[in-house]
Amino acid sequence: MHFDALLLSRLQFAFTIAFHIIFPSFSIGLAGFLTVLEGLWLATRNEAFKVLYLFWIKIFAISFGMGVVTGVVLSYEIGTNWSVFAAAAAPAIGPSMAFEVLAAFFMEASFLGVMLFGWRRVGPGLHFAATALVAIGTLISAFWIIAANSWMQHPTGYVRLANGVLRVTDWGQAIFSPTFPLRLGHMVLAAFLTTALAVGAASAWRLLKDPEESESCLALKMAIGMFAIVAPLQLLVGDMAGKEVLRVQPAKLAAIEAFWDTQRGQAFHIAAWPDRAVAANRWEISIPKLGSLITAGSLDAQIEGLKGFAPQDRPPVAVVFWAFRVMVGLGLAMIGLGAWGALRAWRGDLGHDRLFLRACVAMGPAGFVSVIAGWTVAEVGRQPYVIYGVLRTADAVSPVTRGEVSVSLVAFMSIYALIFGFGALYILRLMAGGPLAGAQDEAPAMLRPPGYALAAAPHEPEEGA
Amino acid sequence: MSLDLPLIWAGLIAIAVLLYVMLDGFDLGIGILFPFAGSSAERDTMMASVAPVWDGNETWLVLGGGGLFAAFPFAYAALMPALYIPIILMLLALILRGVAFEFRLHGRARSKPLWTAAFTAGSLTATFAQGLVLGGFIQGVTLRGLSFAGGRFDWLTPYSLLVAVGLVAGYALTGACWLVWRTEDALQGRARRWAWIALACVAGLLAAVSLATLYVHAQVAERWGWNGRGFDLAKLARLSPIPLLGGAGLAAVAFGLRARSQGWPFAGAIAVFLSGYLGLAAGFVPDVVPYGMTFRQAANADNALALLLVGGGVLLPAIVGYSLWVYWIFRGKVSADAGYH
Repeated sequence: MHFDALLLSRLQFAFTIAFHIIFPSFSIGLAGFLTVLEGLWLATRNEAFKVLYLFWIKIFAISFGMGVVTGVVLSYEIGTNWSVFAAAAAPAIGPSMAFEVLAAFFMEASFLGVMLFGWRRVGPGLHFAATALVAIGTLISAFWIIAANSWMQHPTGYVRLANGVLRVTDWGQAIFSPTFPLRLGHMVLAAFLTTALAVGAASAWRLLKDPEESESCLALKMAIGMFAIVAPLQLLVGDMAGKEVLRVQPAKLAAIEAFWDTQRGQAFHIAAWPDRAVAANRWEISIPKLGSLITAGSLDAQIEGLKGFAPQDRPPVAVVFWAFRVMVGLGLAMIGLGAWGALRAWRGDLGHDRLFLRACVAMGPAGFVSVIAGWTVAEVGRQPYVIYGVLRTADAVSPVTRGEVSVSLVAFMSIYALIFGFGALYILRLMAGGPLAGAQDEAPAMLRPPGYALAAAPHEPEEGA
Repeated sequence: MSLDLPLIWAGLIAIAVLLYVMLDGFDLGIGILFPFAGSSAERDTMMASVAPVWDGNETWLVLGGGGLFAAFPFAYAALMPALYIPIILMLLALILRGVAFEFRLHGRARSKPLWTAAFTAGSLTATFAQGLVLGGFIQGVTLRGLSFAGGRFDWLTPYSLLVAVGLVAGYALTGACWLVWRTEDALQGRARRWAWIALACVAGLLAAVSLATLYVHAQVAERWGWNGRGFDLAKLARLSPIPLLGGAGLAAVAFGLRARSQGWPFAGAIAVFLSGYLGLAAGFVPDVVPYGMTFRQAANADNALALLLVGGGVLLPAIVGYSLWVYWIFRGKVSADAGYH
């Protein structure tokens, strides 16, 4: 493997965007959760909702902040490392990318300030509106970025002019690529699922310590309610999105399932070692004909294999194949956890089933892993193209040198490791402390500047003391 | 009637960059001044004075990048590789100082000083890197056709280093003036001293950068009527409102500080920035990549610009409206117990 500016740029972009997606996945769901909590508190005046709101908003603030700073990177990295792509794609996806900033980022950033620090400056109704606007902002952001990405996956509504420049002929097609609605649904459900699992894990952890903590029991029930419904729904939406992949990106579908030959009644490979060098699976564990049934809905359907594409047009197979299996495997585990949780909640006494609580804790990171695996399938499966069928990744790279990109890649990895380590520490520490840790401290010894507007964290010692 | 879409978007992007420099300028300045605070409590207050608004301020930078990509993709595609190292440096520094807002609240005895240091180092480095970007931009970018064709260290010159130092002083000045406006008692007194020092540095560096800029490209000298020995007064007179605005801004800061005014120093610092911005722009307009690509050459397809304008026409006024509202909500002095819930 030759580490040139192209490969290093790919590694850097993959690393920075995979790291980034962790935080929006959490923020989209958490902003919605906070809106529901604040709304329920205002409607019922049940203090438990307020305690939970003031607890989760602290975790939200950390996660959102990390999402912002790692997101700023991406708006520049497209130019620093993929300038040829930027110039080529701007006529089609420029507006979507700009609308994400204009319609979502400003709204999120501005009302986040009110949400975090405005508790005493605006009335409860306006504060609730700020929370809701942040939540809506996160969804608008997902809308525009998925619109841009869907066009890259399946470009429609454009022509190529004589000088090679692209020109959009139909904005309806360019923004709402036919694959867009399902992909947006898949991502938003993934974000809700990810958040529900994280909230469930944190609450279950508290219940393992104190089975009578009513706030955590309430939060766990809300989380189960969410993932018990969303996990099966996600399987359905994911399956529909997969059928779209078969229709518009057959090479990606073949890589997902490690189909090499074009034939009827493809077998489903539970596990395999696909090898591009020999254009075959070195070994496989398979169920006959099931592959055709899953991907096309019929045991005898003919599905195109990778050998139907020229070797230079085939995506990497093993990465896509295994990333897909990680995603689906975890998805099935989530469905199981949801069913189990629904049964436990219905029978009551959620706080004392330690096995179930441990399972919830274990599944806490599953959503994040699935999101990254799913995006790996989507983006690696699109290779060797950056704009499917239009522009190859190898032709899209900036005129930058190996030296520059090696240094920046190492710098990104170091800084991200640092902030991830501390961010995870602070979030896990808050989770371990539980929702009542701050709430009991309602009257701290010293008054605080407005930076501390979020309920009451215990007073930290003087720096360096 | 047909609108001149590239011209409208050139104006809008220029305003976005100007707003970024003015807004994120003072909160980056707070970070630069962080080590000089008298106590950890003072640092808390300094950070609290910008905590609700910094994220909105930084979003103008995202619009600068995203907007340039959308409206002038060829400029974006040429500038970003040309300025690769300072841009990446800026991004990394902004990450460190951005997370410090939250991390500093959660750090305990050992890690809180780490995030205090990260906030300072990140703010200072991000500002310096922005200065290198600005300097590298003003001195011109080597192009072949519409693509970058220069070397990887083209941006690193005595001129860009001078601009970077000047920008650090400028952000420190607006940061200090912001604190004069928004804090009281001991911290306000300290901020006044910082503002005096920063003012002296800015006055000197502004003059130095102004003179040096006359030598970076013949076009700049020509615009300002400088022939190497003296000024063509007719040309200079036309642009004279720009330096006069800068002088007035410096004077407003100085008199405001002497008169112990709350708001005038900040207003003066903003005027200085506006003057510096216009003064530099006068040398390179209508280029978006000096001195080889005009905004018309760099523009995106007209139908993309038209769609952008429809969206921007609705969204930008709303953004300005609710941003002002948020500043209004958090108006007044940052006192010890203000937003405490």
